[in-house]
Amino acid sequence: MAVEAGCYNFGLAMARATQEASSIPPEVLARYEPVIGLETHVQLKTATKIFCACSARFGDPPNRNTCPVCLGLPGALPVLNRRALELAVKAALALHCTVEERSRFARKNYFYPDLPKGYQISMYELPLATRGWLEIEHDGKTKRIGITRLHLEDDAAKGMHEGFPDSDRNTYIDFNRGGVPLIEIVSEPDIRSPEEAHAYLTALKQILLYTEVSDCNMEEGSLRCDANVSVRRHGEQNFGTKTEVKNLNSFRYLVHALEYEIERQVQTLESGGTIAQETRLWNVAAGRTEPMRSKEYAHDYRYFPEPDLLPVHATKAMLARVRAEMPELPAARRARFVRDYGITPYDAGVLTATRELADYFEQTVRAGAAAKTASNWIQTELLRRLNASGEEIAASRIRPEALAELIALVERGEVTAASGKAIFAKMFETGKPAGRIAAEDGHRQIQDAGEIERACREVIKKNPDQTAKYRAGNEGVFKFLVGQVMRATRGQANPQVVNEALRRLLAAK
Amino acid sequence: MKITREDVLRVAELANLELTESELSTYGAQLASILSYCEKLNELDTKNVEPLAQILESGAAGADKDQAPDGGERQHLRNDAPRDAGIIREVVRRAPDGLDAEPAYFRVPKVIDR
Repeated sequence: MAVEAGCYNFGLAMARATQEASSIPPEVLARYEPVIGLETHVQLKTATKIFCACSARFGDPPNRNTCPVCLGLPGALPVLNRRALELAVKAALALHCTVEERSRFARKNYFYPDLPKGYQISMYELPLATRGWLEIEHDGKTKRIGITRLHLEDDAAKGMHEGFPDSDRNTYIDFNRGGVPLIEIVSEPDIRSPEEAHAYLTALKQILLYTEVSDCNMEEGSLRCDANVSVRRHGEQNFGTKTEVKNLNSFRYLVHALEYEIERQVQTLESGGTIAQETRLWNVAAGRTEPMRSKEYAHDYRYFPEPDLLPVHATKAMLARVRAEMPELPAARRARFVRDYGITPYDAGVLTATRELADYFEQTVRAGAAAKTASNWIQTELLRRLNASGEEIAASRIRPEALAELIALVERGEVTAASGKAIFAKMFETGKPAGRIAAEDGHRQIQDAGEIERACREVIKKNPDQTAKYRAGNEGVFKFLVGQVMRATRGQANPQVVNEALRRLLAAK
Repeated sequence: MKITREDVLRVAELANLELTESELSTYGAQLASILSYCEKLNELDTKNVEPLAQILESGAAGADKDQAPDGGERQHLRNDAPRDAGIIREVVRRAPDGLDAEPAYFRVPKVIDR
């Protein structure tokens, strides 16, 4: 049997013909209900690997972080990383799982060049945690997606199939990733559309980031996703035959692959065919799922209890320690923002998207800004500029206290709203305080009634025709006259004071 | 315990082993004998005995699962502190197709025939 070492690599043509899922009428598609469950692999944010003291850092020179344990050398013995266990427990608690008092590692046996021991240390019949849930928001509705199980395991090494002079014949292995700690989170088949799958992964990632369980960096492979997909007629109670779709390593691929796979299955069934239970790979370049080269021998993993590791005991002391470091979770924070700050659920959702943004908002409010005003400034000016510059909020030169100062300037009427935005732009560039920019750039609003009145008289004198029209009852001209005053004061006159002064002066004669 | 020729072939396949005809019968007989020996355990009544996967596990059972007698945690865990093993060059030198260079690599055929 020939096995492709690079079977995760896409250039390899699949022998079997792929059914093109092209044009199914929407009404036909609508007769079917997709049933989706997601398996998510998450790299834990530890300094070292799960069973040895090698660094788990990403991006080091290949094979530097290796030792007898993670290279699978004979006689080497694994010892569980306490922090990895704690982080897995933390994720489990955040996902409302029951953390099992006693769980056990198991060996999953198969041969592959990225797996030096010849088995992966995972958990099988006694996983770390079971029966949890997480809430997703989709279409304005909240839905609960069940979590079947959450367990610990070690990651495989990285096979490098490209970029070497002999890459046509050889694959190079980098064992730095081999043995880094992962949790696998298995959802119930509760997901009913690609959009719900997207919402599930979004909510999951948000919780993992809030709890600092993982950095969830998809480019670096810290968050990886496989999907179990089947379709059935609406109203049907039994599940259809499922396929497992792998390589869904971005939110976009997840949605595209699921859309494709659902259509493919519906088309197959509609044309009288049956779904083969198989593993399929999302081919990014071709935009379709393709049957993975069969690894027949691998279907029997011969799981058995890992003899080199004792059962894991989630002790009361550990659970207490983990609970003590649990932050306020996104859903709770959203609810509190609506309750305590009187902002809309939508705004609360935007502001709690990340823990850093939510902290920023609360610090701005604590520095004296009104919650709704702070919310508006952050959502419009700050997020827009951060998006445009690709910067993280932590790197923003405008600290929450500085934003609160700017908001105060605008609220007190010392600068106009338009000037406020200009000042914000300069603060964002330079990090200078709002007051100084306002003074230096002449943004201080003219409040002095005498000065404004002088400007109004000047405008009336210069525009006798318009003035006459206004007095003859043409209200439309008033706006023009206000505009002229604003222009004369370079936009710095307080518009309300201008309005009052103009009306008064025009009525006087 | 009865071990069929197919059982032996399947186990050999899973273990990446190619066996000759005589090896098939030799190992078949050995496997049958080992399993028959273990079958002796079935004579015991284990209805109320929890399955035991590791012999050390028995020591972990008890009323107080939180604390070991010394007050520490009963299980042996490692602190998350990195330590550089620094053995990679030596290992690749001994590997079948290791690249003893900076960076060091292990090399495998792109297509594995078995």
